[in-house]
Amino acid sequence: MRLLSTFLIGVSSGSIYSLMALALVLVWRSTRVVNFAQAGQAIASTYLGYLVITHTNNYWLALPVAMVAGAVIGALADIALIRPLNRRIKSGPVLEIAPVIATLGLLGLIRSLVGMIWGGDLKQYRAPVSINGFTFGHTTIPFSRFNLLIVFTAIVVMVIFAFVFQRTGLGLALRAAAFQPEIARLAGVRVDLVRTIGWAIAGATGAIAGVLVTPSTSLSPNSLDLLLVLGFVSAVIGGLESLIGAVIGGLILGIGLALILEYVSTSLAFPAAFVVLILILIVKPAGLFGMKRGRDA
Amino acid sequence: MRKSRIKLALELIAIAIALFFLGNSVSDFRVYEGATVALYVIAICSIILLTGYSGQISLGHGALMAVGAYAAVLARYYWHTSGLLSLIIAVLAAALFGLFLGWAAARLRGPYLAGTTLALAVGLPSLANQFHFLGGEQGLNFDIGAPPKFLGSNFSTTKWYFWICSLAALIIFWLVYNLLHSRFGRQWQAMRSAPVSAAISGINIARSKVLAFTISSGVAGLAGALLVMTLNLVTPSAFPLSLSFAIVTGAVLAGITRLGGAVVGALIIVAIPDIADQIATKAGDVERVSANLPGFITSLLLILTILFAPNGANIGKFMSLRKKKTS
Amino acid sequence: MTLQVTNLSINHDAIEAVQDLTFSINEGELAAVIGANGAGKTTLLRALSGLKNPKSGSATWRDNSMIGKRPEDLVRMGILHVSDGKTVIPELTVKENLALGGLWRKDKTDVAKATTEVLELFPKLGQRLAQRADTLSGGERQMLAIGRCLVARPELLMLDEPSLGLAPIIIEQIFTALNDLRKRTGLTVLLVEQNAMSALEIADKGIIINLGKLVAQGAARDLINDPTLQAAYLGY
Repeated sequence: MRLLSTFLIGVSSGSIYSLMALALVLVWRSTRVVNFAQAGQAIASTYLGYLVITHTNNYWLALPVAMVAGAVIGALADIALIRPLNRRIKSGPVLEIAPVIATLGLLGLIRSLVGMIWGGDLKQYRAPVSINGFTFGHTTIPFSRFNLLIVFTAIVVMVIFAFVFQRTGLGLALRAAAFQPEIARLAGVRVDLVRTIGWAIAGATGAIAGVLVTPSTSLSPNSLDLLLVLGFVSAVIGGLESLIGAVIGGLILGIGLALILEYVSTSLAFPAAFVVLILILIVKPAGLFGMKRGRDA
Repeated sequence: MRKSRIKLALELIAIAIALFFLGNSVSDFRVYEGATVALYVIAICSIILLTGYSGQISLGHGALMAVGAYAAVLARYYWHTSGLLSLIIAVLAAALFGLFLGWAAARLRGPYLAGTTLALAVGLPSLANQFHFLGGEQGLNFDIGAPPKFLGSNFSTTKWYFWICSLAALIIFWLVYNLLHSRFGRQWQAMRSAPVSAAISGINIARSKVLAFTISSGVAGLAGALLVMTLNLVTPSAFPLSLSFAIVTGAVLAGITRLGGAVVGALIIVAIPDIADQIATKAGDVERVSANLPGFITSLLLILTILFAPNGANIGKFMSLRKKKTS
Repeated sequence: MTLQVTNLSINHDAIEAVQDLTFSINEGELAAVIGANGAGKTTLLRALSGLKNPKSGSATWRDNSMIGKRPEDLVRMGILHVSDGKTVIPELTVKENLALGGLWRKDKTDVAKATTEVLELFPKLGQRLAQRADTLSGGERQMLAIGRCLVARPELLMLDEPSLGLAPIIIEQIFTALNDLRKRTGLTVLLVEQNAMSALEIADKGIIINLGKLVAQGAARDLINDPTLQAAYLGY
């Protein structure tokens, strides 16, 4: 029973990591940038959701508001930061590191802005459904209705992603713009616009992850940093090239961490995550589902 | 234009003398800041070597600093090694760790390496909480020893730390400068800017990368040991994720390929909390503004630098190296 | 004159790859741009399709300027370009590659019609619709790239060395198909080729470039028979 409930907890937290990972992979695939600012976008969106909650006490309203905020911030980040960056830096020693620095800078900027507006004290987000564990007869497992909501939301998001990517014109344009932007342009795809839409979708996804995780962790300007790291590790485990990989990576990390937290010890969780990551990357340097590309794309 | 070793050494000695007088004329607090600046210079040098030259991204150098720091403290705590030996052990331990890490990471490109080092930065320091002999959350004390007697009984410990850090910074600078201008440095540059040609011309890319990682880690380890020396304490909380980000920031502000800019980068990183404090008190000293203003300014500076001066502020002074233009 | 290029100068890195080039093409013509390697042919095409900004000069299609526009915008003007090197997106299927060409168009019924026409023109593609483009042979990829352009109902089609690496029989298939299309729809084709003779044999007009400068332009037949050109550029 303990194993099962640990497993379920792992699935729940893993779902949130997957959402963050999906956002990161989406941006990586469309713009070739690891968007560290994703955590910043998410935290700003989550705080805006918090505003909604304090005024209306309605979690279900906060979620779409946060998503819209996330989309807008994401689009702005691409337009105001990444596009100019790509225009200015086409070669040189900072080529690979420039987007990393830029998004790290944006992360710090948004985080400190959030801190200045709302302060650093912990705020509470009440979950919309029960956070008490399900009870079966005499036993109560730590998996609650809220955890179920999390997993359900993550599944819905993944299905939507899969549908949009594989079956819509937008998805085709996104993929084409990611694989071969020049050919996509020559085919008439507005690559810049499509990429910005990608950032907007990623921003909305990150916002969902933020709103879903906050009832358990409380809200502070730094509260999503860990999620960023875990989301990133999940994405890397899955191989940054694959949306499915992001999901699987998230689940692996979630379940793995839950098992270690439960059966081994709390402080070994992150070192263990690191060891798992590096073992996977030694065997598959591009992640589990990463495609081995001959050249840097 | 590479300076001859002697010329550089003389310049550094001149700086050392200038620092000596400087150290004697400012307040103790500034001297302490000076020590911090010096050790950040060392840390930034390690990033310039690794990222600016060999092209490998590390978001986890804070963890490498932690390795060096813990090695130095453990050596002194349990084996009572001398101060100097502890620092040397810090370098060696961190370099050894970097050797393994670099070997594992040699095949990783850009974002995968970034992710791995990020996980390291988050994961490694928390290891100390697990093992009692590492001191747990409270950490272990670290006392590098009192200033030697010949300096006089009134010689403050702060000044002593400043001297140690500055001396270390000058020595490391000299060593790294020469390394970057040796064939290794040229190999790293070639690897980063023209990897295919580099491989064809016979450079063993993997070995070169691992070498860069090892040396960079050793240097970072020294910075870490010096950091806990100034704190008199080693704990996991001395090595948060923001430390790794800060030294990368400093390296970018320095101009990621300009060793000479390391001083500028370090100064900026250390000075910003100060400046931010002053702005905040003038603006009304609201706690949440003053707490976040340093981060805001640093991030803004970082974004502006990478957008408008991606190769760092052009210092152009006697310390700057002109990077060879590789097309 | 439907395509009018006037005093076009284009830099590539530090070199003036195209210098003060002036030529024109009529609607419905197949014009061959020929010259040795490095003559500036590819640079010319990349400038005409918006991938590169020329230093000076002008180029107009039906009196609309082509300069300073992005490739996506030129596509909407009816100007399509198949570049040298990578022509299709390897990770997408044949069907997806074709669909890509029609994404921007509002008239989805016509897109479907155009796609059917492309599959009639190049039956091999129809057999491989669900396959990834990287499983296609060189000739099939060319057909796919051209097909993708045709889905957009181009008015001006620019091809950069389509015959490179292809077997003569495949080249013939492709050019025959293109010629058919031209006669039926009045499509204008600008063809860049290193293989001067074969290009001029199917072309109406020839434009010869050397080291970025115009050497000669005129009816293809006249160029073929011109003795001075024969030695220098036509290889005999």
